[in-house]
Amino acid sequence: MNAYFDELKEIAASNQWSAIFPEITLGVLALALLVLEMVLPRERRNMIPRVAVLGQAVLLLAILLLYRDGGGFLGQETFAGMLYHDGPGQAMRLFFLVSSLLVCYLASVAFAGKKLPRVEFYHITLVVTAAMMLLAQSNHFVMFFVALETVTVGFYVLISFYRDQTISLEAGLKYLVLSALSSAVLLFGIALLYGVAGNPLLIGSSADAMNFGSLNAFLLNNPESNLAVAGMVLVLAGISFKIAAFPFQIWVPDVYQGAPMPVTAFLAVASKAAGFAILLRLVTGVFAPMEAVLVPLLTVLATLTILFGNIAALTQRNVKRLMGLSGIAHAGYLLVGVIAALHVPWAVGAVLFYLFAYLLASFAVFGVMAHLSGEDGTGDEREDYLELLRERPVLGGVLVIGLGSLAGIPPLAGFIGKLLIFVAAFQAELYWLLAVSLVGVVISIYYYFGWIKTAVFRNWEMPASAVGDEAAAPRAWPDVSPVSRWVLGSLAALTVLIGFFQGPLSTWLARM
Amino acid sequence: MAGFSSFILQLTVFLPIVLGLGLLFFGKGREALARPLAFAGFAFPAVAALGLWWGFSPDPGTGYAYLSNVPTGLEFIGITLQLGLNGISLPLFLLAGVAGFAAGSYALHAATDRWREYVSLLLIMHGGLMGVFASVDVFFFYFFHEVALIPTFIMIGIWGGRERHYAAMKMTIYLTLGALLSLVGLIALYVQSGADSFSMLSLRSALEGETLSTAAQNYTFALLLFGFGILVSLWPFHTWAALGYGAAPTSAAMLHAGVLKKFGLYGLIQVGAPLLPQGAENWMFLLALLALGNVVIIGFVTVAQKDLKQMIGLSSVMHMGYCFLGLACLSAVGVGGAVILMFAHGLTVSLLFLLGNCIYQRTDTFDMREMGGLARQAPVLAAFFVTTMLASIGLPGPGLANFWGELTVFIGLWQYREWMVVPAVFGVVISAIYGLRAVGNIFYGEPTEAFREASRARKILDIQRHERTPVLVLLILLILVGLWPRSLTDSINASVVPLYEQFDTPRAEATYPDNAAVNPAALPACCAPAASRSESGL
Repeated sequence: MNAYFDELKEIAASNQWSAIFPEITLGVLALALLVLEMVLPRERRNMIPRVAVLGQAVLLLAILLLYRDGGGFLGQETFAGMLYHDGPGQAMRLFFLVSSLLVCYLASVAFAGKKLPRVEFYHITLVVTAAMMLLAQSNHFVMFFVALETVTVGFYVLISFYRDQTISLEAGLKYLVLSALSSAVLLFGIALLYGVAGNPLLIGSSADAMNFGSLNAFLLNNPESNLAVAGMVLVLAGISFKIAAFPFQIWVPDVYQGAPMPVTAFLAVASKAAGFAILLRLVTGVFAPMEAVLVPLLTVLATLTILFGNIAALTQRNVKRLMGLSGIAHAGYLLVGVIAALHVPWAVGAVLFYLFAYLLASFAVFGVMAHLSGEDGTGDEREDYLELLRERPVLGGVLVIGLGSLAGIPPLAGFIGKLLIFVAAFQAELYWLLAVSLVGVVISIYYYFGWIKTAVFRNWEMPASAVGDEAAAPRAWPDVSPVSRWVLGSLAALTVLIGFFQGPLSTWLARM
Repeated sequence: MAGFSSFILQLTVFLPIVLGLGLLFFGKGREALARPLAFAGFAFPAVAALGLWWGFSPDPGTGYAYLSNVPTGLEFIGITLQLGLNGISLPLFLLAGVAGFAAGSYALHAATDRWREYVSLLLIMHGGLMGVFASVDVFFFYFFHEVALIPTFIMIGIWGGRERHYAAMKMTIYLTLGALLSLVGLIALYVQSGADSFSMLSLRSALEGETLSTAAQNYTFALLLFGFGILVSLWPFHTWAALGYGAAPTSAAMLHAGVLKKFGLYGLIQVGAPLLPQGAENWMFLLALLALGNVVIIGFVTVAQKDLKQMIGLSSVMHMGYCFLGLACLSAVGVGGAVILMFAHGLTVSLLFLLGNCIYQRTDTFDMREMGGLARQAPVLAAFFVTTMLASIGLPGPGLANFWGELTVFIGLWQYREWMVVPAVFGVVISAIYGLRAVGNIFYGEPTEAFREASRARKILDIQRHERTPVLVLLILLILVGLWPRSLTDSINASVVPLYEQFDTPRAEATYPDNAAVNPAALPACCAPAASRSESGL
């Protein structure tokens, strides 16, 4: 194996292909799935999901064991400045790979016993994952935009994956329209930046103004150019759509509710994280010279996002919409971390830590939701969680830990994430945002604990005679397979463990 | 030897948590093994705390004994798990150990459904409580508080009584708000002090040389005061307390009202006031007024209660007022009195909740109007209850520790503002009214018709063995410290005096970097209390 990698490295010296070894592997795996579907006889096709999961697991191990240094490319630009590889990018690669693995697991739960095409789902998931990895490492607006559109187009299909459910199709259409709009805005912003930075009359202008490095050099010389400011604002608006920051969050509740559960999770975690990865790169790198505009802008954005997300989630009874709206609030806290990263370098690690904690907790919660949720939107109300802990202790326990971590309750990982962001915000003297975040966290306790309350607390049952005959039929509780026990159990265990022993994760991220 | 004691200290924190988690996940169907293990988890911290109390000899340099560090990986923002005990934390650590044992051993025999979950949550809470008072690191001090708080919420929700959904939600929202405010205050303290870690020791040494500016002290102390104040049910932020305790299952109420609630006061005494002296002085008068609100207003509210459990819960809110008053004196006498009172009150209120539940099991009601004459069937229970109630009132009775606490607080208060002693002592009269009336209603007088019916239906037993053990453990410690207060006060003094000496001298102008250039006559009005106090002979 090592010899194989040495050989790869040698080739890399000439053409750099091994710099994107994980992305290529994912692409090849995705294509292989399609080929397998054509080649295999019908009754053997149920092995294709296993191939997808196995392939990703092997890739994950390979990255962890052999590719930790990014193939020796960390800190370098590759492909004529299209990509730039750094520690956070490498961390995000792992992040996306883990989320895609978990999405595949959720699909196995949510699609069980349903008549749906399977292979396409895994194929698109893999392609989208590869595109997110590239997005997080892009160093050029062309790369950025192409990767972003690959992600978005993939999601168009995934969101309306329940093809015969109107709610799913409607969600897909909403995402399509609003996402196309945001892409147009983003593109307009890029064009403005390219135009102004390519103007040879201005100091620091560049022929390759789409490159983040040259654009940064231009902005350093012209931090007050109005056109550049307008371009930056439009680019940020486009990204705000991805991370669902106020006022670009309109699509969230409907799309989250309509999409199949694995896709909702994918949107909530990976798509949001991809937005933050590129936002971190843009804010701390390219746009850093425009701090005078950037900080007030992002501060307003974060304030509104935190308050809107939390207040809107307050009265929500549908759990999918609740996850969407509370996810908006999480985007707000993460934005605070991004702003802090302008002045406090280690805040980048804090944002990444928060994202990893969010990944674990969200997938734990979505995993429980996938067990209870039906194809047509049944099983998604809070009332459907009554007595969950008593009937299915595993699901109930995982739900409590996941929601507790999202609410930021010690000793869970989510608390450490929030703590790191708050300390960073304090060091960056963002007192206003700190106060807003605190208000947000307190509000969020109400709806997260309200959900826990429904699932955990004992409820007095009406005596059977008082209830009508229809209601007397016992509810069908889902079976929890051993795989689910292991996956959900380890997500919850990791959430607790990272709450107590932050060492490995935080030192790893701090090194990044 | 020192290494071994430190290890024991770490074990008191982690053994209950590990046993609790183990019981939760692997205890199913292993009843025979689970009970002794759970008992060990409750008993070990109590025994270890007594041992550590016996061998307590702090290092003269730091004031702490049994110091140890456990790396966490968050050193880059200054967080290490540092455990140790000083004179202020020792009594509360002891209280946490003993009250935890009492609550736990009572819960082991409680006839509840889902027994295993109940006991494991209680074990986790016990471990968290030990951690709160053993932490030298401010961050972990906060962290363990939350570890202990979450099980309370779940226990109220599952095993609670009336209105438990509402009570649990209200309590959680209030307490989270308080905890977050204090967390921000602690972070503010850490960042501004420039200390290299969250440890109280390094915060102290960082602030020794140069104190913070007055403005910074003012707002940081306000964050701590109101954050911690909500947690300690400072009037008017107390409304969660009686409701929550009323709904909580007995053992959870014992541990929360008895031990966990002391977290906020402990934080103010150990961290807030000594490190932010200027801020403390500026806010203390307001705090004293609010604390009088606790004593007098809540006192009257308590008198109006018909429900025994509500009455006990409210009386604990009321007595927190005395502890706040002790702190408000900002003198070694007052603060020392507050610490002793916290210790004694923790034991008393745990006892009251425990005995209250014993009474409930015999009368099937918490409504005191429907009780009466219980002393005839349960004389021993009556004796225990009367003793505890006398202690809670603060009578010098049979050598009870509460008396020493209240007395010292009053002495401190006399030196601070003479007039405040009047309402404070009036509070003792109020507690005597509701306390003695409760004793009379429950145990003496003619039994009501309903109660007579009930006692005809089944035999009312006197206090049983599983109830007697925790009661005796708590009561013996209460009387021991009452008869021999020096066993705790010497070490309390040794820690309190160095921290609170700074308040005895009028502040030199050099400590006002902001105002150094200003005419001394134009010093802010907030300094007036300090000046007048020094004239009154302290």
